[in-house]
Amino acid sequence: MLGKLDWSAIPFDQPIPLVAGGVVLVGILAVLGWVVVKGHLPYLWHEWITSVDHKRIGVMYILLASVMLLRGGSDAIMMRIQQAVSYQSQGYLPPEHYNQIFSAHGTIMIFFVAMPFVIGLMNLVVPLQLGVRDVAFPTLNSVGFWLTATGALLVNVSLVVGEFARTGWLAFPPLSGLTYSPGVGVDYYAWSLQISGVGTLVAGINLVTTVLKLRTRGMNYLRMPMFCWTTLASNLLIVAAFPILTATLAMLLLDRYLGFHFFTNEAGGNVMMFMNLIWAWGHPEVYILVLPAFGIYSEVVSTFSGKPLFGYRSMVLATMAICVISFMVWLHHFFTMGAGPDVNAIFGIASMIIAVPTGVKIYNWLFTMYGGRIRFATPMLWSVGFMVTFIIGGLTGVLVAVPPADFMLHNSMFLVAHFHNVIIGGVLFGAFAGFEYWFPKAFGFRLDERWGKAAFWFTFTGFWITFMPLYIVGMLGMTRRMQHYDVAAWRPWMFVAAIGMAVLTIGVVCQVMQLVVSIRNREALRDRTGDPWDGRSLEWATSSPPPVFNFAFYPDVRGEDAYWEMKAKAKQQQFEHAEPEYQDIEMPRNSPTGFVCAFFATIMGFALIWHIWWMVIVGVIGAWATFVVFAWRDHDEYVIPAAEVARIDRANLEERRHLVSLAGTV
Amino acid sequence: MNLLDPQGPVAVANSTILVDSVFIMLTIVVPTIVAILGFAWWFRASNPRAQYQPDFVYSGRVEMVVWAIPALTIILLGGVAWIGSHQLDPRAPVPGTGSPVRIQAVSLDWKWLFIYPDQRIATVNSLTVPAGAELNFQLTSSSVMNVFFIPQLGSMIYTMNGMVTRLNLRADNEGKLQGLSAHFSGDGFPEMMFDVNVISPLAFPDWVATTAKSDQVLNEDSYKKLMQQSVERGRPIYRLADPRLFDMIATQHIPPGPGPQLTSDAGREHSGEHDAR
Repeated sequence: MLGKLDWSAIPFDQPIPLVAGGVVLVGILAVLGWVVVKGHLPYLWHEWITSVDHKRIGVMYILLASVMLLRGGSDAIMMRIQQAVSYQSQGYLPPEHYNQIFSAHGTIMIFFVAMPFVIGLMNLVVPLQLGVRDVAFPTLNSVGFWLTATGALLVNVSLVVGEFARTGWLAFPPLSGLTYSPGVGVDYYAWSLQISGVGTLVAGINLVTTVLKLRTRGMNYLRMPMFCWTTLASNLLIVAAFPILTATLAMLLLDRYLGFHFFTNEAGGNVMMFMNLIWAWGHPEVYILVLPAFGIYSEVVSTFSGKPLFGYRSMVLATMAICVISFMVWLHHFFTMGAGPDVNAIFGIASMIIAVPTGVKIYNWLFTMYGGRIRFATPMLWSVGFMVTFIIGGLTGVLVAVPPADFMLHNSMFLVAHFHNVIIGGVLFGAFAGFEYWFPKAFGFRLDERWGKAAFWFTFTGFWITFMPLYIVGMLGMTRRMQHYDVAAWRPWMFVAAIGMAVLTIGVVCQVMQLVVSIRNREALRDRTGDPWDGRSLEWATSSPPPVFNFAFYPDVRGEDAYWEMKAKAKQQQFEHAEPEYQDIEMPRNSPTGFVCAFFATIMGFALIWHIWWMVIVGVIGAWATFVVFAWRDHDEYVIPAAEVARIDRANLEERRHLVSLAGTV
Repeated sequence: MNLLDPQGPVAVANSTILVDSVFIMLTIVVPTIVAILGFAWWFRASNPRAQYQPDFVYSGRVEMVVWAIPALTIILLGGVAWIGSHQLDPRAPVPGTGSPVRIQAVSLDWKWLFIYPDQRIATVNSLTVPAGAELNFQLTSSSVMNVFFIPQLGSMIYTMNGMVTRLNLRADNEGKLQGLSAHFSGDGFPEMMFDVNVISPLAFPDWVATTAKSDQVLNEDSYKKLMQQSVERGRPIYRLADPRLFDMIATQHIPPGPGPQLTSDAGREHSGEHDAR
């Protein structure tokens, strides 16, 4: 009846996951209870859960990422403490637990923090920057988000029901095969990623189509804001790379469920094939994450320097070059697997070539600042912090792309330090910069600058204190994923790293405090103008938060920095143009398709993990039926009457006129 | 285990390339970081002496320089990578004094087996080699992937079941070093560190003779016992019954190791108490 599931799946003998899981469960129930008692449920259902508004979906993505950041961060804290105390001892985490933690940490941070964070920001901002009213496929967008949430949910269920993978975040066979990992951990891993992978692919298709097909009048490719370009590049990579992940995990699952031999030791299986396939996805993946971050920095540096982006065309070229080359370098993840010197050298050099367009980007940001009038608001701090940090990460990255150096550094703590250097210093700093920068747009009030700056400085210094020691222990021969060690020379550095982790944690606390304080002071921080930073692109042309239809009229774009030019023109003309003729606007109706579909996908995933076959059938049929019902819908749009559009737009224009007349006097 | 304290020619060459590459890059990275901080500070909005140039958005000369600087660096480093990859190919011979020593390494769950086929001996978690001689490693795995790595001797290489990888090294100075597995392989992974004893070439035959007197014999049966999941804290030595043992492992005439037996509570207890914990 319940497949492999019985009471032994609940780790009653392991207090840490049980308590953690219990606390999370109580938290969720408390929030749900509060929502129900306060009568917020209908609001949540109509305005958020079933919403197909790209802004709402973007916000939900970011919320998911933030919650999972706390989970992944807790894993990180546990790991740092374990390695600080496990010199010549077992520490406090037995290997079967420690191994789950680092596997979950990697999986969560990449798939359920970094990915939803950047996809959320793209969702929120790109249609606004393009001057359009929604993404290309609004309901699909909702499906994509909820499937991602399903993956995140399954990973967290593994905390209390069964176990998570103990194989590392890429689950290399044969260790992840049925012989060496007979438990449900790898199944949790694989099904979570299969389901959320579909969500990511859908989001990628949606955003590619949006950028290619939905742009406002005059917004040709070479007038798009940089963030739109990097979104395009990143989502092209998603569309090209995620099917590889899906296929690879499907083969692994066939090995585990149906006795196939793609990646087994025997019967013709080839583990090196898995290595190649997973990195053929995995390497583009890091560029999927970092390219949107590059876009965010471009927007932020240009806005806060009060200048257009320096060398815009160069930046576009560099972005697309990275997009293409990133697909040709995957082998550098296993130089030490015995490939010949020609292969190693070619892939090494290809990997280094990526440093050229990346270097160009750094210099272009540098020259954007040159001659600027730089305001050091929190987003700008994150951006400058990124530039300094990322260069060091780039240096160590090029270093490990040199095969003979990699022969010493492969899989070492040096490598761990390197990829945290580029992912924290590149992606996470970018996500935070974007969060601070676009928060007023999404919610209509700014974030508290003092807490924001404190968060930056603690995170920035915490990062360096945590990861510099890891570079050093890497040079001292320490390899990654050690539950304990006997080498005295490593020990002091692991202590320092743990202290750094504490500082990083303070940074996260400041970030949470910033949110709390800002929500409390939201009236004082209110952004009435829609343009709190003196922005340059179209998202600042509408109110904060934007109306559901974003723009009453499709803006007319005449050049790069579309809104900047509009503002300049408006100042000249003193707004003496006639009021436009408002028209009805059709918007897509809300749909529970995404949520219902994800509900059944969760059932399906859970049932597949535990081999509860009847429940698998229920889940598959449910999810499929949801789509059929959606496909047979009769009405998929509703009309916002012209009068309503006019009322909303006039109010916005009034505030804005006020702003410009004030600014004109300065 | 300091990578910058190499004890053999491969490690010397690797670490030289490593350090040189860092310095090549630092010549650009340091000025760039200084420029970032300098520009950011000088062009702060509150600095009245900084000139606001909102129209400085394109400069052909600057563009050329910013593409050229990273490109030239990468051309230089690309040359280093190309030459280095060929000279330091793990299979490339590393000439030494005296006759080369053949060593067949097998990563087991969770220990290292070193077979000396020519000397007809084998050791676990302890590798003894003569200083100055070329060491020809052939490597495979009994089950999951591992990476064989002696940081102070240089290049690492994967071990994989059903496959043989090759690595040539040389240890130049007598002394004790440490090796480890550099690829996660399961619960006992941290116990896969091994001793490397580099002894004088004159003492090596004596050590072989002593080891060959071991009353433990490594044959197919005892190997199958050894490859069960467990950790080994001692340093067992064996007489080798059949010098073809490694080939039998690598060609899967001896099937891969069994993995954990934890279908029952007994199994759980077994893996819980006797192994790494």
